Amino acid sequence: MVKQGLKRVTMALLPVLVLAACSSAPKKGDTSGAEQSAPSAAADESTPAQTRALDSAPVAQPKAISETPAAVTKGGDAALPATRVIYFDYDDATIRAEFREVLAAHARYLASHPNVRITVQGHCDERGTREYNMGLGERRANAVKKFLSLQGAGGKQMEAVSFGEERPVDSGHDDAAWAKNRRVEIVYSGR
Amino acid sequence: MRRCGAIFLMSWLMLVRPAAADLTIEITQGVDGALPIAVVPFALSGSTEADTFVTSIINADLARSGRFTPLPGRDLLAQPHRASDVDYRTWRTINVEGLVVGRIRVEAGVYNIQFELFDIVRGVQMKGYTVKAATRDLRQTAHQISDLIYEAYLGEKGAFATHIAYVTEIRGKQGKRYSLQVADADGFNPKTVLDSVQPLMSPAWSPDGKKLAYVSFENQRPNIYIQELATGTRSLVSSFPGLNGAPAWSPDGKRMALVLSQTSGNADIYIMNLETRQLSRLTDNYAIDTEPVWTPDGAAVLFTSDRGGGPQLYRVASSGGTPERLTFDGSYNARAAIAPNGRTVAFVHGEGNVYRIAVLDLETGSVQVLTDSRLDESPSFAPNGSMILYATNDKGRGVMCAVSVDGKVRQRLALQEGDTREPAWSPYKK
Repeated sequence: MVKQGLKRVTMALLPVLVLAACSSAPKKGDTSGAEQSAPSAAADESTPAQTRALDSAPVAQPKAISETPAAVTKGGDAALPATRVIYFDYDDATIRAEFREVLAAHARYLASHPNVRITVQGHCDERGTREYNMGLGERRANAVKKFLSLQGAGGKQMEAVSFGEERPVDSGHDDAAWAKNRRVEIVYSGR
Repeated sequence: MRRCGAIFLMSWLMLVRPAAADLTIEITQGVDGALPIAVVPFALSGSTEADTFVTSIINADLARSGRFTPLPGRDLLAQPHRASDVDYRTWRTINVEGLVVGRIRVEAGVYNIQFELFDIVRGVQMKGYTVKAATRDLRQTAHQISDLIYEAYLGEKGAFATHIAYVTEIRGKQGKRYSLQVADADGFNPKTVLDSVQPLMSPAWSPDGKKLAYVSFENQRPNIYIQELATGTRSLVSSFPGLNGAPAWSPDGKRMALVLSQTSGNADIYIMNLETRQLSRLTDNYAIDTEPVWTPDGAAVLFTSDRGGGPQLYRVASSGGTPERLTFDGSYNARAAIAPNGRTVAFVHGEGNVYRIAVLDLETGSVQVLTDSRLDESPSFAPNGSMILYATNDKGRGVMCAVSVDGKVRQRLALQEGDTREPAWSPYKK
C-alpha cells in the first residue's frame, strides 16, 4: 500500500457532551429485563418492537462439562499422564516425535480404563481465517484421536472437537503466544 | 411549541452523543474522481445555532465511501440554508462541485428535515427532499439522507442506512463473554442479539436481512443456529458430530452452504435445504474445504481449500462438479466475499505473518491488496459494493474498519467495546 502522502483527517464528529449513564453500548440488564417483555414486544408490529426484540435475545446456556477426571482412579496398569496438552507446527497437524510417548501413555490408560471418556480439543493460533482454523483444529484433534486409536484406545472413548482459534491460552500476538495456542488438549470427563 | 421542541432537541443531543467517538478517516492517497461536496449545517428552527449532528453524520458517511470529499466545516465560505441563498460563484472559487443545504423544524418530537442538492458546476438545483424522523430515529434518518445524496450525485444506490453484525469478546471478572451484535453501518447503536460465555462465530445475514445464522459453542461444540432478529426466536439447524460451521445463505434464502466433518474428521462443504433440512454434499476431498460463499446468481460456490498444499480459493458449480482454482499468488488466500455485481472477490491474503484484505477481479484475474495492517480478516461487501468491512487488530485489540473498494479510504468504525471481530454487512432489507 502507498504509505507516502498518508493524510489523516480527524473528524471530531461528536463533542464530548456525554452523561456517563447514557452510553449507547448494550446495557448489562438487557437480557434479563427483556425476557419478561419479549412476548408482547414480538407481537407489537410498531416501530419499537424490533429494538426491544433485538435486545431480548435468548441467553445461551452452556451445559457444564466436568473438566476434572472424576472417573480416573489410581488402579490399573497404566497411570494417567500429567501432560494433557501437545503442540503443533504452523498450519500443520503432524504429531511431533516429542509428543508420541505422552500420547502413547494416554492410549495405554484409555485401553486399561474402557469406561473413561475424553474430548480431544483441537486449537490453532490466530493467524489465518477463523473457519479455516476450525478445519485445522479438527484435523489436529483427529490426528491425535487416530494416534490414540492405533495405540489401543477405543474409538468410542474419544470425541474430537475443534475450537479453531476461538480459545487461545495466550492472548499475545507473537511467535511465543502462537506456539502455545497451536495445540491439542486432552480433556478427561468422568462417566 | 417551537421553543419546547428546540429545548427538547438540545437535551436529547446531550444525552445521546457517545463518548470517545472521534472517527479517524485515513486517506491513503489522493482520491481521484471523488466528488468535492459541501454539506452546510442545517438551520435549526427555534435556535440561533445550526444543527451539526445530522450533517456531521452525513459528512462522515460520504467521506468513508471514498466517492466524496466533504469540505471541512471551517472551509465553508458561506452558510446558506435555502435555495435562494445559494451563490454558485462562491462555491466555484474553491472547486466545490456538489452542495447540500437544509433546514430542520422540530414539532412535537418529530423532525421535519428539508434539504436541497445543487450541481455547482452546472449551476442548477438538482433535487429537494423532505424527510420526517422521530427523535430516536434521527441517526438512521441522517444515513438515509446520505443515501439520497449518494444516489443523486453518483446514480448508484447508497448503503449507509444498512446494518452490520459482528461478534465481540469482553473479558470480565467472571471470565470471557461473547456477544453477537447488530449496529448501524457506521458502528453506532450496537444492540446485543445473543450473549454467551462460549465463543460465537461466523454471523451470516439471510438475503432478506431478517435473520442471522451463526456458530455457537454453547453446547461445548460448534453448532449452527438461525435467529430471527425481530423476535429473537432461534432454531438449531446443524449439530452433527464434528464441525458445523461457515453458514452461507443461497441468494434465494432457501438453501444454506455449510461445513461439516461428520465422522471423517475432515472439513467438507454441504448444502442444506432449509425447508426439508436435507443435505447434499458439494465437496469430497481429504483437504480442508471451508468458507463457502454463493455467487449472486446462485450458480456457483466459492470456497477455501488447502487441496493444493496451502489454503487457496476455488469455485465449484452449486450443483457440484470439479472445482476450479482461482488464486495463485501467495501462500495463503482464504475467506472469499463476493461483490454484489459478482465480478470482484475480496479475500484474506496472507504472506508470512501478515494477513491483509485483497480483491480479485474475476474477469482479468488481477489482484490488488487493499489494506496494510497485519492481521486483517473477515471481509464483507456493502450491499452496493462500494465498501468492504473487515476486522483487524490494533495494539492487541480486535477492531472493525471499512475500506473503499479502491483501497484509497479507510476508516475505523466507532464505539467498539472489547475485542470486535467478524463483521458482516447486511443486505438491503426486503
